[in-house]
Amino acid sequence: MVGLATLLLLVLTATAHWMGRRRSLLLADGPGAVLHSRPAYHGAYVAFWCAGPAIVVLLIAIWAEPRIVSALVEGGLPEAIRGLPTVEVHTFLANAAALASGSFVGPEPSDALRMAASDWARLEGVTRAVLISAVLAVGAAGLVWSRGQLSPELRARNAVERAVEGLLAASSVVAILVTVGIVLSLVFEAARFFALVPISEFLFDTHWSPQTAIRSDQVGSSGAFGAVPVFAGTLLITAVAMSIAVPVGLFSAIYLSEYASPMVRTWAKPLLEILAGIPTVVYGFFAALTVGPMIRGAGESVGLDVASESALAAGLIMGVMIIPFVSSLSDDVINAVPQSLREASLGLGATSSETIRSVVLPAALPGIAGAVLLAMSRAIGETMIVVMAAGMAAKLTINPLEAVTTVTVQITALLTGDQEFDSAKTLAAFALGLILFLVTLVLNVIAQVMVRRYREQYE
Amino acid sequence: MSDLNGQADATAKRRLAKRYAAERRFRLYGASAIAVALLSLVFLLGSTVLQAIPGFTHHVVTLDFDLDATKLDPAGTRDPAEIGRADFSRLVKVSLREEFPDVRDRRERRQLQRLVSTGAAYDLRDAVLADPSLIGSRLSLAVPMSDDADLLLKGEIDRDVPEGDRRVSDRQVAWLDQWVAAGRVERVFWTRFFTSGDSREPELAGIWGAMVGTFWTLLVTLLLSFPLGVSAAIYLEEFAPRNRATDFIEVNINNLAAVPSIVFGLLGLAVFLNFFGMPRSAPLVGGVVLALMTLPTVIIASRSAVQAVPPSIREAALGVGASPLQVVAHHVLPLAMPGIMTGTIIGMARALGETAPLLMIGMVAFIVDIPGGPTDPSAVLPVQVYLWADAPERAWVYKTSAAILVLLTFLIAMNLTAVLLRNRFERRW
Amino acid sequence: MQYLTKITARDLNVHYGEKQALFNVNLDIRKNQVTSLIGPSGCGKSTFLRCINRMNDVIPTCRVDGKITLDGVDVYGDDIDVVQLRARIGMVFQKPNPFPKSIYDNVAYGARIHGLAKDPTELDEIVMTSLERAGLLAEVEDRLADPGTGLSGGQQQRLCIARAIAVSPEVILMDEPCSALDPIATAKIEELMGELVENYAIVIVTHSMQQAARVSARTAFFHMGYVVEEGDTARIFTDPTDERTRDYITGRFG
Repeated sequence: MVGLATLLLLVLTATAHWMGRRRSLLLADGPGAVLHSRPAYHGAYVAFWCAGPAIVVLLIAIWAEPRIVSALVEGGLPEAIRGLPTVEVHTFLANAAALASGSFVGPEPSDALRMAASDWARLEGVTRAVLISAVLAVGAAGLVWSRGQLSPELRARNAVERAVEGLLAASSVVAILVTVGIVLSLVFEAARFFALVPISEFLFDTHWSPQTAIRSDQVGSSGAFGAVPVFAGTLLITAVAMSIAVPVGLFSAIYLSEYASPMVRTWAKPLLEILAGIPTVVYGFFAALTVGPMIRGAGESVGLDVASESALAAGLIMGVMIIPFVSSLSDDVINAVPQSLREASLGLGATSSETIRSVVLPAALPGIAGAVLLAMSRAIGETMIVVMAAGMAAKLTINPLEAVTTVTVQITALLTGDQEFDSAKTLAAFALGLILFLVTLVLNVIAQVMVRRYREQYE
Repeated sequence: MSDLNGQADATAKRRLAKRYAAERRFRLYGASAIAVALLSLVFLLGSTVLQAIPGFTHHVVTLDFDLDATKLDPAGTRDPAEIGRADFSRLVKVSLREEFPDVRDRRERRQLQRLVSTGAAYDLRDAVLADPSLIGSRLSLAVPMSDDADLLLKGEIDRDVPEGDRRVSDRQVAWLDQWVAAGRVERVFWTRFFTSGDSREPELAGIWGAMVGTFWTLLVTLLLSFPLGVSAAIYLEEFAPRNRATDFIEVNINNLAAVPSIVFGLLGLAVFLNFFGMPRSAPLVGGVVLALMTLPTVIIASRSAVQAVPPSIREAALGVGASPLQVVAHHVLPLAMPGIMTGTIIGMARALGETAPLLMIGMVAFIVDIPGGPTDPSAVLPVQVYLWADAPERAWVYKTSAAILVLLTFLIAMNLTAVLLRNRFERRW
Repeated sequence: MQYLTKITARDLNVHYGEKQALFNVNLDIRKNQVTSLIGPSGCGKSTFLRCINRMNDVIPTCRVDGKITLDGVDVYGDDIDVVQLRARIGMVFQKPNPFPKSIYDNVAYGARIHGLAKDPTELDEIVMTSLERAGLLAEVEDRLADPGTGLSGGQQQRLCIARAIAVSPEVILMDEPCSALDPIATAKIEELMGELVENYAIVIVTHSMQQAARVSARTAFFHMGYVVEEGDTARIFTDPTDERTRDYITGRFG
């Protein structure tokens, strides 16, 4: 229905444009007429009036079609079925729709269902025809009306441009809609979760085992939802990652901006950026397959018991992934420190490193702190590395050699595989998602404010 | 200077030497930081490439098959549907039995059969269907070996470890050596890896299905994020009044760019799958989710490209009576296009490498068929990597690495295009 | 010879946000004459120029009160289409700003968007005439497809003039058109203005009093947002009535 209607509407719109253009050319040839707008705008004017209202009707039609068909089929059902409870009637209708579209799975359908399915197919055809005609009729009405509006004085250009500007403005609102969508979906689902599991248990309890129940009084035998070990695991891995990424990234940035020859700079910078461009699934594979066993082997050789999915392996690789974030952001920040400050220090006889440590870094500190926060939010939200290289078991520990789990691992684990929606398990994923979103948002906002303040200071 | 006496001079010198030592140390830290980062890169890419190379080749063994007409086409109709239903794996077993007639024990026979891939039967069927006149004759055909046999021949399974710790038995090794000695075994470039969909068997699995899925997904992403992103950027730069609403949009876009990708997956699951009832595992939904994720990148890149167009061009056009929209369409947009394209390609490259949000919307299913359109269930390249990385058999490691190499090749190609575009068309004002 | 008034400004007040840039400006621009606007930097002469073709509309904080009429019609009237207004009032900017397109496309641009040519031949004719009248044709005839940005500064400015007159405006506004040019190129532009004035009303903002004296028939002196004095150029330069005008002309400030 969507495809056919869109195609017909496109043809109609093209026709509208052509008709508008042609009419305006005729008008221009009329006695003493000078067109305000060029013919192409008259064409676009008619095309807009044709397509705009028709698209609105089309959207309504897409929304309404299944509902209309369903209502019509329901009306034609035999008394015996219509008398059933509402839920069963709905199931029956859904089965009829599935049978009509050939996607029905289940036992041999009853005669009544077959009847309903054939009704469904017939009524769907009729409804579609009616709705498509309605769309086209509205389009045609718009065409005829707006074509009648055409005159040499008509400011078609202005009207068309206003419409286009409206469309542009609408696109910029999409970004807001996405945010609203994220917030609403997370808050809505998380609220349903907190109706099942008290928020205090989620935030402060230290037992996380969503797959199996450990106490009989827990919801629907679906387990314990104390997320503290999950948060702790996330922090542990993030801490490991930051302890790699911050020194390496920061020193790389210092070297590149203060010491490196232009030659080194032109090559090393893009090479570092490659690290940021490698898909995280590749890092995950590398961490799980190469680094994890390597650390385990190294640990065994010195007599340490290392889990093969240790926090260290995942954190280490995540740290490598984040190096370019820290280095390129710090590089920008360090470059923004005015040259005059450096010269003042060098002029007093300080060495380069003294200048960097006592002048450049203190000046750049707020910006660097912002960069570190951004990198941290990146590490907290990172998914694939931990899904592939960190563990599943929620353990409350600060030993990086043990396996821990993270927020993103748990979200993935709870939502992949077959599971019924609306269970506490799947809703818990949204609650974790909400926490993740809020924490990264706060980190980002703080980081952005810090970096902006810093920039303004030197502008 | 401090030439008051020799003592002070010596102290000053020692101090200076210390300061220079500190300077050298500091410099060394910086250089080693870069070295650590670059070595990690080399190590990561190097190990991937090394592991990927075995994944692109495979061993085939040439066997003789007796294409008995009474078994393949008892009715003699030469009807392809009829022939296709014949038991080709039986033919493979018969051929192997003829090959080693002294193997009688059932367990040993099974070991023997395990040297050849289950795909051998499909290949045999395809060969017969392609040329039904072969029926009744003997056919000599190179068929794929199983993943274990292949790995042993590649030297990836060590013959020296005790038999119990090895996936290939001594007996199997002996058979293989016999085949090799007879010149029946050949290592070939494994095109099947590029042409087939996913499979439970490493030697039969390919990335074509994932590549097609990636194509549909990225197409949807591009079709959504490019027009939306560019329109939004133009509106914000050229038309929007400077007020709180636009400030809010701006802050919002910056924050959206830093939202973890998995959250976009949650949005897709809650809104597109559960609320709008769109199909699971479909490139359509994956593309929409990735489009929302790349939108901020495209908007931010497009805005800076639009900003870089000097105001004098706008004034010149306005001065001859162009409307603001004409100024944008005729001048600003064409001049900003290289920058916009660069940003879009970089955004698309990010989308290409993204896995986490797709897991949320069910693009992790095992899908053998090549998707025919954006609503068919399908995988994408990074998800394929994720799925294979999870598989236990050793051969998957090489397949996974090979798939990663293909993915990285695409990414590098896209980024190079972006860089070239920027260098070729970037205009300095 | 009787000169018709083309543009009048009455009680014009312009604000940029809180700051007032023009105070009660009253000025007439006549047909077939060059009117010079002189005055120290920041005195409002460019602001006034940009009010005439409503280039200030682009600046959101700008507020214009008072009245400017073109042939008796209020250019800030509700039913005025800015785009058409700007087609009637051409503008040449301080820095030459050719589009990064070919020489031909630069000149043809305005004619194209306003649909002035019915067919390619007619468009060719418009382009050639405009280049000819801008005194550039001889220099670029054989390389019309080359980018306009490849010309020298003076040539670029004449290209911008050609681009402006290709839309057949009635008025040409020039905002310090020679400030980025060397003396030879300046002389060419001034010569050109002398020819163009036969067909257009020309308003020029200039920092050079010599230039004002050379090219214009009338001069208005702006100071701190006020029109201090206006009249025949010869009189303004020889016998200014206002103290500030005299100081400026004799180089005591500015």
